[in-house]
Amino acid sequence: RHWTLLERREIIKFQLFHNALQGPSLYTVKAVLILDNDGDRLYAKYYGDGYPSVKEQKALEKNIFNKTHRTDSEIALLEGLTVVYKSNIDLFFYVIGSSHENELMLMAVLNCLFDSLSQMLRKNVERRALLENMEGLFLAVDEIVDGGVILESDPQQVVHRVALRGDDVPLTEQTVTQVLQSAKEQIKWSLLR
Amino acid sequence: MIKKFDKKDEESGSGSNPFQHLEKSAVLQEARIFNETPINPRRCLHILTKIIYLLNQGEHFGTTEATEAFFAMTRLFQSNDQTLRRMCYLTIKEMANISEDVIIVTSSLTKDMTGKEDVYRGPAIRALCRITDSTMLQAIERYMKQAIVDKVPSVSSSALVSSLHMVKRSYDVVKRWVNEAQEAASSDNIMVQYHALGLLYHLRKNDRLAVTKMLNKFTKSGLKSPFAYCMLIRIASKLLDETEGGHDSPLFDFIESCLRNKNEMVVYEAASAIVHMPNCTARELAPAVSVLQLFCSSPKAALRYAAVRTLNKVAMKHPSAVTACNLDLENLITDSNRSIATLAITTLLKTGSESSVDRLMKQISSFVSEISDEFKVVVVQAISSLCQKYPRKHSVMMNFLSNMLRDDGGFEYKRAIVDCIISIIEENPESKETGLAHLCEFIEDCEHTVLATKILHLLGKEGPRTPQPSKYIRFIFNRVVLESEAVRAAAVSALAKFGAQNDDLLPSVLVLMQRCMMDSDDEVRDRATFYMNVLQQKQKALNAAYIFNGLSVSIPGLEKSLHQYTLEPSEKPFDMKSVPLATAPITEHKTGTTTCCRLICTGKLPEKLAPSRQDIYQEQLAAIPEFQALGPLFKSSEQVQLTEAETEYVVRCIKHTFARHMVFQFDCTNTLNDQLLQKVVVQMEPSESYEVTNYIPATSLPYSQPGSCYTLVQLPDDDPTAVSCTFSCTMKYLVKDCDPNTGEPDDDGYDDEYVLEDLEVTVADHIQKVLKANFGAAWEEVGDEFEKEETFALASVQTLDEAVGNIISFLGMQPCERSDKVPENKNSHVLFLAGVFRGCHDVLVRARLALADGVTMQVTVRSSEETVVDVILASVG
Repeated sequence: RHWTLLERREIIKFQLFHNALQGPSLYTVKAVLILDNDGDRLYAKYYGDGYPSVKEQKALEKNIFNKTHRTDSEIALLEGLTVVYKSNIDLFFYVIGSSHENELMLMAVLNCLFDSLSQMLRKNVERRALLENMEGLFLAVDEIVDGGVILESDPQQVVHRVALRGDDVPLTEQTVTQVLQSAKEQIKWSLLR
Repeated sequence: MIKKFDKKDEESGSGSNPFQHLEKSAVLQEARIFNETPINPRRCLHILTKIIYLLNQGEHFGTTEATEAFFAMTRLFQSNDQTLRRMCYLTIKEMANISEDVIIVTSSLTKDMTGKEDVYRGPAIRALCRITDSTMLQAIERYMKQAIVDKVPSVSSSALVSSLHMVKRSYDVVKRWVNEAQEAASSDNIMVQYHALGLLYHLRKNDRLAVTKMLNKFTKSGLKSPFAYCMLIRIASKLLDETEGGHDSPLFDFIESCLRNKNEMVVYEAASAIVHMPNCTARELAPAVSVLQLFCSSPKAALRYAAVRTLNKVAMKHPSAVTACNLDLENLITDSNRSIATLAITTLLKTGSESSVDRLMKQISSFVSEISDEFKVVVVQAISSLCQKYPRKHSVMMNFLSNMLRDDGGFEYKRAIVDCIISIIEENPESKETGLAHLCEFIEDCEHTVLATKILHLLGKEGPRTPQPSKYIRFIFNRVVLESEAVRAAAVSALAKFGAQNDDLLPSVLVLMQRCMMDSDDEVRDRATFYMNVLQQKQKALNAAYIFNGLSVSIPGLEKSLHQYTLEPSEKPFDMKSVPLATAPITEHKTGTTTCCRLICTGKLPEKLAPSRQDIYQEQLAAIPEFQALGPLFKSSEQVQLTEAETEYVVRCIKHTFARHMVFQFDCTNTLNDQLLQKVVVQMEPSESYEVTNYIPATSLPYSQPGSCYTLVQLPDDDPTAVSCTFSCTMKYLVKDCDPNTGEPDDDGYDDEYVLEDLEVTVADHIQKVLKANFGAAWEEVGDEFEKEETFALASVQTLDEAVGNIISFLGMQPCERSDKVPENKNSHVLFLAGVFRGCHDVLVRARLALADGVTMQVTVRSSEETVVDVILASVG
């Protein structure tokens, strides 16, 4: 198709407008979500000011869940956002970025989150195990994304940095019950393994 | 093991969620054990987890309770439990905006940040930077610099990313860490490399020269990190975009070389960058298209999606370039991911042959209800471009669109359909009546006011010119009875146009108007009364001025002038000519281009173009005392570049035209970090009898902070035909050398000057675009009192399209009645242009063009002022 001068000028203007908005930036991730079977929030972290209120956030989560929970395809475009997702047993993991974002970068974040949790939960990635290890999840996401910037994409590194080890505490500081507790904990891990 | 037995339990209820029935007050109560000695790490950890869980669920914490919990939490720094400490950092970050006095933990965090435990250092830096403001940042500057170059990757990455977050708040401090960031960029760790590159770019992005140097360095040395490569590609393509140069530069070669990278992420980023470049040739696109073609058969859905989405964009501009992928795309139309299937079909619609259209449309209608609104919009856009390509298919398409219009869907989706139908009507006159009929049916049950008013406006414009105008009256009048105020008012305006154009309908329209005068809404009543009175005069000129072509002034400008008028009571009536004109709206040639633009940015367009660019300039200029007596701003030009790319100083000029003066606004940027410029003016030497009367200098121009200086020029009073002039421009200023790091200037400076490119003032600078929705009526209204006609031969022009484009840009007037679009395979064409000449004289141009060995053009000019006609003809010649 042959573009007229006016059209060409319009196109360039819009591209400049678009580039000015975007600009090369490290701010890749707009949100990380984990929802359960009913679409309820187990974890949600929003970056930037796109969804400032809880009401808007919950509306987005509802919309996303409705559009994704029945299909097992791994990517969708919703409300002008690219959503990559993955489900496992009764958990739905979402990583959200702008529609201009490199989809594979968002995928890298999603895979890193899932693989890190999978290692931390000894492959037992389901709702109950996750809820029992919420602090691990909090710390892992904190190591993967910082303020929307991808901080780490290697699950080995994330697991290493989260370093969920209760037994590092010098014995002198632990009470007898705590020692028992941590022993119980270790037995549990070995059982799950 | 245990889990299996609990399965039933889990499904039956929420009992398995230990956080289900958490009460904020209970948790805060529990938080009191933070104060117990000895600290019980496990219990405290659990309580912190609960607090963060509650915050994460969106629970609201009051300042007092948050501050109390925060202060209790600070005691936990006494414990050495690693996980507990890490959760403290998280709590600090989560509460930074809720609790007061969070800076109390500064010293604890500084200790951890510089301590021996590597596991603490990274997260401590991130928490510390979250609570640090510009003044406190200076105190930890030394530690930050050390952390950026730390050999432990997590420490270095944390410091770099935190610095990036702080650039917005404390640019001046963070910019001093450039050398450290530079060192970190050569780290072996892929994430550190990425973060360092990102920080360096953000610190330098306003300095094109520095960005160019940085790109050269990294593209030559090569990087390990795929993320960093993606960032480099983005920077390179932005730079290419700005320089507007050809694609034979090393930057383009770099992006192209990334198509052969080992990592798919990088390959895709490079392909996408090439596809999004303006003016890419088919040859340049080919390698990008072939990697995307490979991705189409990837087992990864995200990669297939990315590939087909990008191919879809290529197909907008270069359908032939994608034809080679047709087989791969055919395989995707049954993809289980409906987004991928939709994109594949819409791409095929653009690239495939006319014969495949029916088959593809059938396929897509089978699942159109399953896809999200976003993709429905993509489908509509594909149909829109298809109609431009195969006009014969418009009846199939129109049918499909009208079905879609009946389906459920959000505003964006409906708007896309309506836009598409409107563009089909405009492109194919024979589809006008069917299209209008579908739209009439749609507004019978339309919940979107914006769309209803838009359609009513269109009916008013097109309906009277159809063979059977009377059939639209019913649909329009139904709106007056049934709808909200805004729609009723729009319906009244549409009715008036039927009355003005069709004499036989006038009596019935007057009867309907009479009824509207009893409406409950005053806007509707006012409009009806106004139109009633105009119509009863039965004068063509009145109809043209008040019904077909509305006001051409800027609405914010009108508001301001009226306000001013009421403040200073005077005997004189209000003068419409004192109101600045509206800059021409882009609605006339919008369809077609905007659909593709919308695809280009796929996001949403700004809903309203709030105060226009010119309204903003008017405001800015009025604030300068020297310009207050100049009257309303008549026109502001686009920016003109007066320096070449990558020079020491960047100067752009905007020409502001007033009734008797011109103001030249020079936006200058100093790209040398070791210089401070003061008293900057641009001296201008005119070639004609234009007189420079005043210079307003930019007092100070520090490194990379843009500033403006102005030159005021009086237009020659004695010779109104002197509309064009060339100015030679020289920038003069006082230079003070300064310290590149601190920006501290020396006491003494010296005068210097810098020669800029010449600046041209042309006839277009004296004419403002004005859209006349009904050109014929406006032509009659101005009348032939000062009509002149002349014939020209445009020897150098080969096509009608080119001739039309040249005339429009030369005269700077608004094409009307879509006459800027030359139908294909035509040997003659008529172009209608409308504008207002400086001094508020309407001017209309009708150019008849004929193609035969070059283009012959007969120009007829009408205006309310004779000199204006002469000026236009003289400058065309």
